[in-house]
Amino acid sequence: MKRIATDCGPGTREKLEAGEMLLLSGPVMACRDRAHRRMAELLSRGMELPFDPGGAALFYAAPTPAPPGRVCGALGPTTSLRMDPFTPPLVAAGVRMFIGKGPRTPQIASSMAAAGALYLAAAGGTAALGGGCVDSCVVAAWEDLGAEALYRIVLRDYPVFVALDLHGGNLFEMRMRK
Amino acid sequence: MRFLDAGAVSEAVASMCVEACTRPSSGLWQLVGWALASSPGGPGRSALGLCLRNLDEACATGLPICQDTGIAVVFAEKGNRLVIRGGTLREAVDRGVENGYRDGGLRNSLVSDPLNRAPLPVNSPAILHLSEVPGDSLALDLLVKGAGSENASASAMLPPLAGEDGITAFVRDVVLAKAATACPPLFLGVGLGGDMEVSGMLSKKALLRPFGTPGMTPVQRNLEERILAAVNETGIGPQGFGGPLTALEVRVEIAPCHMASLPVSVCIECHAHRTARRVL
Repeated sequence: MKRIATDCGPGTREKLEAGEMLLLSGPVMACRDRAHRRMAELLSRGMELPFDPGGAALFYAAPTPAPPGRVCGALGPTTSLRMDPFTPPLVAAGVRMFIGKGPRTPQIASSMAAAGALYLAAAGGTAALGGGCVDSCVVAAWEDLGAEALYRIVLRDYPVFVALDLHGGNLFEMRMRK
Repeated sequence: MRFLDAGAVSEAVASMCVEACTRPSSGLWQLVGWALASSPGGPGRSALGLCLRNLDEACATGLPICQDTGIAVVFAEKGNRLVIRGGTLREAVDRGVENGYRDGGLRNSLVSDPLNRAPLPVNSPAILHLSEVPGDSLALDLLVKGAGSENASASAMLPPLAGEDGITAFVRDVVLAKAATACPPLFLGVGLGGDMEVSGMLSKKALLRPFGTPGMTPVQRNLEERILAAVNETGIGPQGFGGPLTALEVRVEIAPCHMASLPVSVCIECHAHRTARRVL
């Protein structure tokens, strides 16, 4: 199976096709609804994010607590659609990979492709498997948000599917054409 | 009269939370295995393969099946000759949920209220449905409900004569609009009748039925089969990746209702269907 890095360059990203399964490795920033609102607020005021968004990968996720002897608890994607309203400024700030579950609104899908940003869908409800694909997991900022904090997670061979490729291919629309 | 300590109730609830979240039942295993074996190739099948591997992984590691360890929904049937000693049933259930989530390494996912949304340090309050039945025992059913699937659920007040066609169309439309975000293949609980909140409660209660158990009456079974067929015709498939399996089971529960009403609720549940049961 094809392996790719979360910080892979445009040359790698543009070769991927919707529907392909990949093993994903490298650092991601894991964030959910409230972290998204904070990021959008900071960007709208011209302030810096707690991480460098240039070429970054965002994973819509929050793990369960790590049990003793493990670096991470169960880890898997949450619904991407909820992040759509907060996504345009993140794409504009340079984020080039998004990982979550389920379809996106058409406007977000086309703006991602135009900017060269990939959307990868992970399999929801497979978080025991996901938790085993983690080399490290730490809270990076906004601990006051509890499970909605911003995490920095390093993935290793995490299974994902290309959902929106850079050529307009959409995994969630492929079934409709059938 | 029989007496039962609140502490014993809390202990049972705590162990139910951990069991439901981390130990997949054999019924789920069989059903996901069957889905994989009967699924055509493509990304939907690959996703089912991951779902099955995930159940193995949860068993091997003790990690939760899903990171969304949810909100705890408890249905309690308390015998009329049973007295809970040392606290109320509500307190006992909430203590159990708090302890189970804390000690079991489960994620606290509740916030203070829908507007301020401050994270709560514990995973209580549980959603508690209490009913009194004859006898001196306490039956507890736990449903661990994640938000991805719950957010796709819906209720409606249909025209009273909408019939099976109207009910089936309503459920199919909800699934078409929202199921791709709810981690299919799904379990669908459908509550018919009562009033607005009873239909919702019945749609949840339907999800407590053991795997592979059709409804008791021909009316239930007929609707369950019709809705399942209609939903699987959508082609949404596992994870929304396409395929003939969008739902694994449909369970319908029915109650009397007003002559002018047809309340219907569909509670959408993901493939990681997590329940536990105890009788004390």
